Order: sequence, then C-alpha cells, then structure tokens
Amino acid sequence: MPHEHEHDITCQQLLASLGDYVEGEASEQICREIERHIAECENCRVVVDTLNKTIYLYHQSAQSTSVPQGVHGRLMQALKLDYLVTKKG
Amino acid sequence: MDETLTQPISLEALRAGSRSEFARLVEQYYTPIYRLALKMLANEQDAEDVLQNTFLKAMQHLKDFEGRSSLSTWLYRIAANEALMLLRRKRPETSIDAEPQEEEADLPRPELFSDWCCLPEQELLSTESKTQLDFAIQKLPEKLRIVFILRDMEGLSIKETGEALNLTETAIKTRLLRARLALREILSTYYKERIQPEP
Ligand SMILES: [Zn+2]
Repeated sequence: MPHEHEHDITCQQLLASLGDYVEGEASEQICREIERHIAECENCRVVVDTLNKTIYLYHQSAQSTSVPQGVHGRLMQALKLDYLVTKKG
Repeated sequence: MDETLTQPISLEALRAGSRSEFARLVEQYYTPIYRLALKMLANEQDAEDVLQNTFLKAMQHLKDFEGRSSLSTWLYRIAANEALMLLRRKRPETSIDAEPQEEEADLPRPELFSDWCCLPEQELLSTESKTQLDFAIQKLPEKLRIVFILRDMEGLSIKETGEALNLTETAIKTRLLRARLALREILSTYYKERIQPEP
C-alpha cells in the first residue's frame, strides 16, 4: 500500500518496532508513526490488537493456574522442612 | 498469621541457616516456580521434580548467592536451568538441534489477520481455550518459550528475565517478540473459528 506521508513507516518497519511499542518503551515519534500507520492499515491494526490480547490472555491464564494438592507437602518433606508447617489447606 | 508471608525475606537470616526463614522463602515462591516448570514442561510430575530440585539447590547454594540479582530472580534462574536440563535429558537424540531460527533472521511476517479481540472473555479464557494456550506454547522452541513464560506469564521485567537466563536485554527482546508473534498466529488459527463459524 503506498503511503502519502514522507515519514510513513512500512508494515515491516512497524513489525520491527512492535516489541518496544508493546512494552511501552517506544519513543514518542515511533509511537506516533505506529499509530498513524495502524489508523490506515487494518492488518497491522489487527496484529497490534491481537498481539496485546495474546499477552494478556497468557498472563491471565498463568495467574489462574494453581498448584495441585500434595505438591506443597511433598516439597516441604523433600526439604526436611515439614516439621515447620503448621497446617496448610 | 499471614503477615509473616508479606514481610521481606531476610537474606541475613537465610545465610545464617535459618530453617524458618527458608520455609518463608518457599511459601512465597513455590507457586510461581511450579507454574514456570509446568508451563515449560507440560507435565505435572516433571514440574514437581523441577520444583523440588530448585529449592534443594537453592538451599545448597545459598552461601554462593551474591545478591547481584534479587532472590526471586536467582530462584527463577535455578528453576529455568533445571527445566531446560530436564528437557534436554528427555529429548530424543534424533532431534538434538531441531531449533534453527537465529536472531539475525528476519522476523516472520504475520499471516493471519482475523480480529478475534472482541470475543467475550469467557470464550477467550474458557477451559478449552486455556488448553489451547498451553498447547500453543509447547510449539515454541525452548529458548523462546522460557523467555515468554518468565516475561509475559510470570511478569518479570526484561532486565530480570535477562538476569535469570544470562542473556542481554536485546536478546530477550528479540526472542520475546518472536515468541509473541508465533503465539499470535497459533491463537489466531484457533480463535478465528470462534468468530466465523462458516468459511
Ligand atoms: Zn501495515
């Protein structure tokens, strides 16, 4: 897709800056360029949004992963610390 | 009773060999360490082995801990090494280096552009979806997987992830972006079916 702006970035350039952008570490100028690009390029807009969502979903799913019963007790036993455990669910 | 959990761990007490302080260290970190191992290995028994070995090693090597990184980063570092060693032991000899991609190579271009962002959260994080999430990270090469787990799942900073894996921040950022883009493609394949039931 040809772009009008002199400083417009290409889809490939956007991809290269995406890491910093998603981390919130991109410079103000890069952010502006990316935002201008995704306002006009639907594919890149979807990539940015679904990339952010991917990170969010993994973080959520990790935080809801619990440790199976028995693991904690066996760990304390292996460390010979079980005598210290008052009681845990 | 739970306030003992939130007080910072005393490195001095740990070094002096305090068992109760070590038990507090375990209480604070056993869940994230177990999770890291489980996501890395996709096997509960292996994850439990890694968990136990991590704290056994921590106990043995506490005296060598120099405090250049935080205690938590140090624990993650031990756990990451344990998990990677276990994977290496288990890997069939035939696939010794089935991990080509190098940092210098171009980033893979995104190929799927369906916008599944606005699917409801209960769909995105249903039990079935979570299984897909776990399945998808298993497709990542190990060295991308570990970076993604530490940074994006466990929430370590780029700097801490680098310290835990003995890699530069630049290397972490590159691997992280590759991992994220790869997962985005895999998830797009899965979720797009949920927004477009018919072809
Ligand atoms: Zn674009």
